[in-house]
Parts: sequence; structure tokens; C-alpha cells
Amino acid sequence: MTEITTMHYLVVAAALFIIGTIGVLTRRNVVIILMSIELILNAVNLNLVAFSRLWGLHGQVFAIFVITDAAAEAAVGLGIIIAFFRNKETVNVDEVDLLKW
Amino acid sequence: MNPVATPFFFYSLAIAAIVSAIAVITRRNPVHAALSLIVTLLSLAGFYLMLYAPFVAAVQIVLYAGGIMVLFLFVIMLVNLEQNIREYQFNKQWIVATIAALALGGLLAFVYRTGRGVFPSAFYQSYRGLEGDNTQQIGVWLYGNYMLPFEIASLLLLVAIVGAVVMAKKRI
Repeated sequence: MTEITTMHYLVVAAALFIIGTIGVLTRRNVVIILMSIELILNAVNLNLVAFSRLWGLHGQVFAIFVITDAAAEAAVGLGIIIAFFRNKETVNVDEVDLLKW
Repeated sequence: MNPVATPFFFYSLAIAAIVSAIAVITRRNPVHAALSLIVTLLSLAGFYLMLYAPFVAAVQIVLYAGGIMVLFLFVIMLVNLEQNIREYQFNKQWIVATIAALALGGLLAFVYRTGRGVFPSAFYQSYRGLEGDNTQQIGVWLYGNYMLPFEIASLLLLVAIVGAVVMAKKRI
């Protein structure tokens, strides 16, 4: 088999990104939508670390910042889900249509 | 330098990551989806180890698989609905959404195929200094060059803590 190059990592990251996008766009359960967002962020992280192999440590530092933001986003998003579930008794995003005319 | 990134490990990790990622978006039960997401995150930690990024791999395991996923599982326990599992799991525009996302994937494949020559074909000319003192160097970067983003990230975490507590409280 051939040597593993940067392109291999990029292809895996692109696949994870597309899977995450499909999850965000098609699922109804808001918890799984948040998990798909985590998938997208992880795909970006894989890209950053793969490029840091070539061009220095900046990519890894950026990956750590992205992980920090993912933690903050998960905390706030899950807080919103709990508040939302308390009011509407549902976790389906298409049943939240108060702003829809 | 003997390469750690052997093709066998790479392809096993890639298959594990992608199969469990597909399981995340197709499982009916959110607990199963969360467990599959943990498998994806651990495979990504393996990728980071293969890319000589041990600190990021450790952060990935401790913070993602240990912290964020426990948070997700707690919230799934809190909001779990028995009838939600029996409902239809995909929304009405799922065909259009899947086609659009796959078109984006085709665009990415086209870009990667066209711009393949831009990237170096192998890790021969890899950056020096990544092997030994990775964690130390990341610390120097974080507290040196990236001081201001580091402080902004800590402020962001503070705001996120306060926001999560306020939103999850019953009565403010």
C-alpha cells in the first residue's frame, strides 16, 4: 500500500463533514442535531491537525481553541434544549414553529 | 524517523470513524447515537496520535469523550421521551437536504482532485520539532503568541457557564 498523505486525512475529514451536514439538515431530534454539529467541528479539527503536520504547531493550537468553543457551545445548546423541553414537552425541531406564520 | 502512520492503522481508524459517524445520524435511539459518537471521537484521537499531536489527542479524549459526551448523555436522560423513539426520525425535506449535502461533497471531491498537486505528496518535509516536546511547545504558543485568544476563550467559557445555568434554571 502507498504512504498515507495529507490528502487521505483531508478525505476522511470531508466525509465526516458531509455526514455531519446531512445529520444537521435531516434529523428532527435536536440532541442529535447538536451531535452532528460536534461531528462537523471534529472534521475541521482533523483538517487543522493534518495541516499542522506540514506547517507547524499553529494548527494544533487552533484545534485546542475549537475544542474549547465546542465545549461552550455544547453547554449552552444543551441548556437551551432543557429550557425548550420544559416549555414544549418535545425535542423535535419541526414542532417549534411559534415564529412561523 | 519511522512512520507511525501505517496504512493499516489509518484505514481501520477511518472505517471506524466513518461507520460510527453514519450510525450517529441514523440511529433511532439518541443514547446509541451518543455512544457511536464516542467511537468516532476516539478514532479521531487515534488520528491525532498518528499525526504526532499527542496533546490534542489527550485533550480530545479527556474533554470530548469524557466531558462533552457525559453532558450529552445527561441531557438525553433528562429529556428522553418514550414516544419520540417511535416517531418518524427525519424531517420532511430530508431528500432535498441529502442531495444538497452530497452535492457539497461532490464539490469537495472535485476541489481535492483538482488541487491535489498543491499539497506535498508525503510527510517527508514535515515540520521539525513536532516529535519530542509537543506539549511544551503548545504551552509556549498558548501563553506567548496566542495569549489574547486564550484569554478570550476563558471569557467565553465563563459566559457559557453563566448562560447554561441561567437557561437550565427553573425560575430565575
